[in-house]
Amino acid sequence: MADREPGAPVADALTLDPPDDGGARYWLTRFNPAAKLVAAMVLGLGLVPAVDAVTGGVVLLGVLALVPFSGLDRRTLLVLGGPFLLMGLSSGLVNYLYGVEGLEGAVGAAVRLLAIALPGLIAAAGSDPTDLADGLVQRLGVPERPAMGVLAALRLLPLLADHWRTVTLARRARGLEAGRNPARMAALFFGRMFALLVRAIRTGTLMATAMDARAFGTGPRSRARHSRWGTGDTLLPVGALLLLAAAYALSARLGTLVLLFS
Amino acid sequence: MAEDGRPGARVELSGWGWRHAGRDAHTLRGVDLVIDPGERVLLLGASGTGKSTLLHALAGLTGDDGAIGGDEEGLLLVDGERARRGRAGAALVAQDPESQIVMARAGDDVAFGPENLGVPPEGIRERVGEALEAVGFPYGPRHPTGALSGGEKQRLVIAGALAMRPRLLLLDEPTANLDPAGADLVRGVLGRLLERTRATMVLVEHRVAEVVDLVDRVVVLEAGGGVVADGPPRSVFADHGAALAAQGVWVPGHEPAPSTGAAPGGAVLLEAAGVAARTPPGLGVRVPPRRPVLENVDLAVRAGTATALTGPNGAGKSTLLTLLAGLARPYRGAVLPRGPLAAADRRPLARWPARRLARHVGTVFQHAEDQFVTGTVRDELRFAPLRAGRGARETEAWVGELLERLRLTALADVHPYTLSGGEKRRLSVATALSSGPSHAPDVLVLDEPTFGQDTRTWSELVELLGELRSQGRAVVMATHDGLLLRRLADVRVRVARGRAEETGRTAAEGGTRGRP
Repeated sequence: MADREPGAPVADALTLDPPDDGGARYWLTRFNPAAKLVAAMVLGLGLVPAVDAVTGGVVLLGVLALVPFSGLDRRTLLVLGGPFLLMGLSSGLVNYLYGVEGLEGAVGAAVRLLAIALPGLIAAAGSDPTDLADGLVQRLGVPERPAMGVLAALRLLPLLADHWRTVTLARRARGLEAGRNPARMAALFFGRMFALLVRAIRTGTLMATAMDARAFGTGPRSRARHSRWGTGDTLLPVGALLLLAAAYALSARLGTLVLLFS
Repeated sequence: MAEDGRPGARVELSGWGWRHAGRDAHTLRGVDLVIDPGERVLLLGASGTGKSTLLHALAGLTGDDGAIGGDEEGLLLVDGERARRGRAGAALVAQDPESQIVMARAGDDVAFGPENLGVPPEGIRERVGEALEAVGFPYGPRHPTGALSGGEKQRLVIAGALAMRPRLLLLDEPTANLDPAGADLVRGVLGRLLERTRATMVLVEHRVAEVVDLVDRVVVLEAGGGVVADGPPRSVFADHGAALAAQGVWVPGHEPAPSTGAAPGGAVLLEAAGVAARTPPGLGVRVPPRRPVLENVDLAVRAGTATALTGPNGAGKSTLLTLLAGLARPYRGAVLPRGPLAAADRRPLARWPARRLARHVGTVFQHAEDQFVTGTVRDELRFAPLRAGRGARETEAWVGELLERLRLTALADVHPYTLSGGEKRRLSVATALSSGPSHAPDVLVLDEPTFGQDTRTWSELVELLGELRSQGRAVVMATHDGLLLRRLADVRVRVARGRAEETGRTAAEGGTRGRP
């Protein structure tokens, strides 16, 4: 946890200042990523007991209202949020077709899934990975080695995307094309996956060697960056708690509250 | 710099040997070598002699908690102690800058080593500033590492090594992945650094001529053995130059001189008209918008001609190659078949069915592994002729001939991934050609075909490409290799700032070139 508090270095060349450009659109990116993650966990865990549409709906609306200030562009939201939207809708559909609670239960299931997933998505995708790792290690006491390892791995993601494109082009160069045949499509896909895996292992090994050569894991680490934590960072999880309480209160008031196992 | 006052490390090996985990043969054995503090040593040897392994061992990476597993024998001491990574004062810079940068921001990356050494934060800031200045890093510490060019990335990697204040600096082909401008920059940085620091340096480099001024001693290693030559560069090259060259080592004054036939020239086969391309999209907060890589490129590829694309790393040479090869669709414009190629299909190349494309346009990727699609070398070579509808007997005869010619016969039944770098390169070229003797593709597109090759593979490749050109096929290659450009390129096209401009044409002397 926080070891150099509260007189932390101010003129610190390596600690990123909270971004102040971009205005309201980037309001959420000014918070410590750890605070965003805690707030998301409060909402996610807090919604587990309630299965009705109103409780989840209030939280979902509250979080949706923050999306325009998260700094995420439409494409990112669509690509990363798309799977969750699909999951929510299909879970709703299955509940509607086979569930015992009818339409109400189905909408509840869909809304709840989205309301649990969206805050986490905003917290994870809307934060700088380095700041997130620093926050996790310095503020939430996550062990340092896995956190740094995951951070390094994140840097490999764009490389992997590049490799995937190359491997795909290479199949075409060799005259391989699936056309409309699903069996061939699957075979081709797994061939590409294998080629990608080989490249990924090679790149990963190189990076592990490079990290080892730079003394990673040889002893206690020091920290060049200081993960800032302001009043706002404390208020964000508190705000999440209030939103959750308001959602439960409203739903109870309206008589729509349905708890799990009740 | 602060480490100026500290003497370099002393290295001592006696009877040292290494066998990689799972191998029968030793990579190195019986190495006896003493390197005095402050010496600058160049390690030489044919490919596969374990030069990199020795560097890794000196960096302490082969130790008990190291990344590289295997059996060690004999003694390897740095300052009288067994090499341990990190704390022993060694720092390693390897080939590929891409896989050595750990963090997303430049300053954070340089700080990574000192953090691991437990340097207090104030000390880290000082070291980061110093190291970035020492390598002439042109941006601030918050500059995103993803936005750097290859040469800038490698300078950052060197800064990361310097920030650890090493007494033993280990450089494993630090300029191999860079364009000539980037490589010059990095060599300049190294030269200046070595004047200022007293650190001991051990360098591995393929292209010897470019680094010979940086070192005062050359040590030649032999595969499975130890040191076979040791001394000042001039005397080592005088006594052993010819022998080294015969093993495929690049020795100054012994450059290979392959014979390439004349360039017959011919009709235009491919034409890029107003081609534009963009970077792929990214995800997250503040991702840079898709940026144009190529804008309005016009280019004609002629039969019987070798066309070379040059230009800095990241300028879009590889992108242009994939477009010319019909593998990807340009953002705007089109690559159209012309002349005899248009007889096969008149549509833009990107819309051809893959099978037809592979018959007429062969592509060799920079990383050979990317293009292997079967489990053995023989199947790789059979793949194209069988798909092109050749009979079994014709296919086997042709595959046998290719195996013989590329010195792969003994390896016909191994998995392509297990081949060495040179073997992979030869196989990848062969797969692009393997439709049959009279059915080689009309256009052969190659991305850095000679990258990292020893002189033997290099000569074979150049001769093969020259032969294809003589047969009237078009060769298009992206390359930084100056010697390849001189030997083979008829038309040079420089790709930079989204444009492609023809910078030279040597077709007139095509007939006289290439005779040793």
